[in-house]
Amino acid sequence: MLEINNLRASLEEEGKEILKGLTLTVEAGKVHAIMGPNGSGKSTLSYVLAGRDGYEVTDGSATLLGQDILGMEPEERAAAGLFLAFQYPVEIPGVGNMTFLRTAVNAQRKARGEPEMDAATFLKEVRARARDLKIDAEMLKRPVNMGFSGGEKKRNEILQMAMLEPKICILDETDSGLDVDALKLVSDGVNAMRSPDRAFLVITHYQRLLDHIVPDVVHIMVDGRIIKTGGPELALEVEKNGYADLIGEAA
Amino acid sequence: MGLPQAKLTATEARLAALAMPEAPGWTRLGRLGARARLEAMGLPGRRDEYWRFTNPADLVTPAPVPAAVFEPSENPVFHAMDRLRLVFVDGVFDAAASDDPALAGVEITRLAEAQALDIHWAAELYGTLEARGQEPVERPMAALNTAFATDGVLIRATGRAEKPVNLIYLHKSDTSDAILHHVIRIEPGADLTVLENGPAAARFNKVMEVDIADGGAFHHVRVQGRDHERRAVTHVFARLGQESTFKSFTMTANGALTRNECVIELTGDEGVAHVAGACLGDGSDFHHDDTIFITHDAERCESRQVFKKVLKNGATGVFQGKILVQPGAQKTDGYQISQSLLLDEDSQFLAKPELEIYADDVACSHGSTSGAIDERALFYLRSRGVPRAEAVDLMVLSFIAEAVEEIESDVIRDEIVERLAQWLARHRR
Repeated sequence: MLEINNLRASLEEEGKEILKGLTLTVEAGKVHAIMGPNGSGKSTLSYVLAGRDGYEVTDGSATLLGQDILGMEPEERAAAGLFLAFQYPVEIPGVGNMTFLRTAVNAQRKARGEPEMDAATFLKEVRARARDLKIDAEMLKRPVNMGFSGGEKKRNEILQMAMLEPKICILDETDSGLDVDALKLVSDGVNAMRSPDRAFLVITHYQRLLDHIVPDVVHIMVDGRIIKTGGPELALEVEKNGYADLIGEAA
Repeated sequence: MGLPQAKLTATEARLAALAMPEAPGWTRLGRLGARARLEAMGLPGRRDEYWRFTNPADLVTPAPVPAAVFEPSENPVFHAMDRLRLVFVDGVFDAAASDDPALAGVEITRLAEAQALDIHWAAELYGTLEARGQEPVERPMAALNTAFATDGVLIRATGRAEKPVNLIYLHKSDTSDAILHHVIRIEPGADLTVLENGPAAARFNKVMEVDIADGGAFHHVRVQGRDHERRAVTHVFARLGQESTFKSFTMTANGALTRNECVIELTGDEGVAHVAGACLGDGSDFHHDDTIFITHDAERCESRQVFKKVLKNGATGVFQGKILVQPGAQKTDGYQISQSLLLDEDSQFLAKPELEIYADDVACSHGSTSGAIDERALFYLRSRGVPRAEAVDLMVLSFIAEAVEEIESDVIRDEIVERLAQWLARHRR
């Protein structure tokens, strides 16, 4: 599904290298988790994959279903099936949540040469999915993320993900700022989307999220590289001993 | 007190090209008074403080700069609405193209016809509100209008009008120079909506005097421009009685030069005056100026000024807005915001927000900002699959929303948003 090979990327302005030859393969139907200490480059990886300005890829490749995504515009990556759930979802005053969602859904369909979703179907789909995430009609009407609590913003990310039905979902510290109840709602939303033709890349600091979204594979990322890969037990090991031992082991 | 020679020469040259109607009837005194004011003030020049940001040269020349006639292919704005149409072609009323001006609760007469009479209800208003608006700032283009207007409408609302009156200004001659003067009187408790659209002429000078009696309501929505090369100077002079309402919104989409002045006096307690504008400018030959002056002279009145400008490819936007709170105008609630979204580094926004307060128990706030598009929000939209150009349009509409929301009617608001979106889609780059 997603293949990242020897990816190197730097901050454009400072020229500082953040990703230093990262290699990772996420298979269809699987949930991969990336854990790592602060500053290891986890969020940078998500931004580089989503196509945010400000990063320069200096080497390596990233393909989604065999397509090179690094040369694509962010909207093309989205249409190709990549979705990034932001760590800090952006507030956009004056753009209604529904307008935004509908514009996004139909823009992707158009890009893929599919017919647009009509208003009635769209409304039905949004309502059903919003209900599962306990997002009420009032929230749907408001401008994008405006006045939303931290938990509401994250649930809104999952709603977008559910509506856009991506192939690869990258969750960037989706657990940050969530209380226990919200964490459960968000995790249930993610788990409901698990399917044989979809993959997840879950970026997190803590084991906590992985109790709810149980990964198939856990990677430990340090200083711009994957230094260790294992099963769910690796996350437990980190939780118990911290990253220090693993970093020592790899060195 | 003599005028500087250059100003005197320019004013005389312009006056030589103008004539009062042969039989001005009841407008005669108003016109003579205005002409005297104009001669004393002289026409505006670049050195006048009030014209510091907008060069009036093309507005004061004896003949207008020609403007190509331009007919957009889409239906004109408001076309699907049930409204009473009054059509002016290059500043001349076209009865054949207009609807029968019969509307329950509203009296409508044409200035060029009505002025043949000796007495008229509008006699006490024609030029009166304009003259009041000359203090403390001179507005010579409005005095010129009162003196030499060739046509206009006189509208008196005595009840709740069942549909809006739509003034449609068509442009058919490259060199037309139109001067229209409208007088609107809203009687106690009456309610009227006036819509305006169209380029009007190569050069357009328009004054609208609006007198709103106690408990009256006046709604005004205007659409100017649509990529037309015309030059326009317009004034709205409004006087509000007790518990009356005045709401005006203007959308300007290109046009070579536009100066819209709005002068409002709140003279009765608990009056409400909202003036808003959304302006879209593309290109270095675009210059748009909103100049607003609101005087609070009664208690517990509310005023709002909400102006948004989106500028690109070297366009210029100007905002001069003032709230004057007179002694005794306690519990005044005044709000003013002027903001520009600059889509490139060649465009500019010049703002002069002012508050002048002589009462001690008031709440007034103002703000003015200039900024570029929020790249974080843009990336967020794009990451969801919205192409860059569409995402920028969404952000622009979002930026303008606060001004558009000042329009009370859902139907009209939706129509305006639609037009804004269409214009943006045509001007993607």
